[in-house]
Amino acid sequence: MKHISMTVNGDQHELLVDPGWTLLETLRDNLRLTGTKEGCSNGNCGACTVMIDGRTANSCLVLAAEMDGTEITTVEGIAKHGKLNPVQEAFIKDGALQCGFCTPGFIISATALLQRNPNPTEEEIRTRLAGNLCRCTGYDKIIMAVEDAAAMLRG
Amino acid sequence: MPDFDFAQPTTLDEALELFAGSGEIRALVGGTDIVDQLKTGRRNADLVVDVKRIPELQRLEVTGDGLHIGAARSCTDVGEFPAVRSDYRSLAESAMLIGSWQIQNRAGVGGNVCNAAPSGDTIPPLLVHDATAVVASASGRREIALSDFFAGPGQTVLQKGEILVELVLPPIPDNSASAYLRFIPRNEMDIAVAGVGSFLQLDPSNNAVLKARIALASVAPTPLRARAAEEVLEGNVLTDELIEVAAEAAVGAATPITDVRGSAEYRRELVRVLTRRTLAICRDRING
Repeated sequence: MKHISMTVNGDQHELLVDPGWTLLETLRDNLRLTGTKEGCSNGNCGACTVMIDGRTANSCLVLAAEMDGTEITTVEGIAKHGKLNPVQEAFIKDGALQCGFCTPGFIISATALLQRNPNPTEEEIRTRLAGNLCRCTGYDKIIMAVEDAAAMLRG
Repeated sequence: MPDFDFAQPTTLDEALELFAGSGEIRALVGGTDIVDQLKTGRRNADLVVDVKRIPELQRLEVTGDGLHIGAARSCTDVGEFPAVRSDYRSLAESAMLIGSWQIQNRAGVGGNVCNAAPSGDTIPPLLVHDATAVVASASGRREIALSDFFAGPGQTVLQKGEILVELVLPPIPDNSASAYLRFIPRNEMDIAVAGVGSFLQLDPSNNAVLKARIALASVAPTPLRARAAEEVLEGNVLTDELIEVAAEAAVGAATPITDVRGSAEYRRELVRVLTRRTLAICRDRING
């Protein structure tokens, strides 16, 4: 087992992790943060997307043992002080989900995109969200929600 | 996931001592290939060594002898680096189209090289920029021309105990440019059916080709240079007709297989089209 110290959604955690545990397993099974989903488990679907030190990653392809000293943001850490962030609000307003399984990953990727560029083109949104698969919506409402969230963030 | 030990060295010496040990020892950069390969049993490991905390492997800078890319630098780091965007554009283009944004944020350019997939997108751009691989083991360092680095699908010439430290790309000459294109049947998130990187240096007085490099991916057991096509170009005035002859010569370097992504015949045709297009992009960028 390896000792790691990592910050998840602002809370510091001291953990003993097996070298074979993924970050996804550690978040869900050890920290009980089950908002992050397991879809394909091979880096294609993006359901497990989290931010590591501000950058998105597929947590199914990251070893928890790598994470000593890092700051992780999961979907549970996106709303602040009981208030949804604009991406979450826009997903609700625009009905940008059906079954909802892919939604946490989309929320993380879209939030990371808007932190970097508050005024993305549709093409940039589609490119940056290409690693998040949704089998229900057909994507149009998701793209619309990200555009609406961007507009909210710009005021 | 199979059982393995894990280490996270913070100096190169400490890492090389670990790699000198016995058993199957795997370097971990982004994990986007190796973690999946371990999960599915396509590669095995007794020890996984996370090399991302070794300062030399995080180097990313331009010095007098060129661009230095530490082996642990991510595709995002490399693709967004200003000197890469301005001077080594084919490399920026390839780093920003591997997998998804999530993958690019983790996957290393050095990892893409060491994974040695025939389809590795960053490899043709590195080849056309004459990259050298600096490798090290507990017994010393050596430099390997990247064109001599690949031994087969998933295989490199790295010896037991050796790891990639950095890739070095020489400074670009004046009046030169590079470009990379791959073909996939959709817009994102796929593996190249074929990929072509090109580099041209032109004589501004008469448009003669002073130096040409063409490298291919996904059409042979390893990424490779199309040297006959380079020779067609060098010393001659760059015309559409010459580009067409070079594209035909590049097809001759390809030895593709037929698989689920495309037939051998289709891949050869793609080499022709992508060679023609990347050379035209290089010309446009130079005349820019």
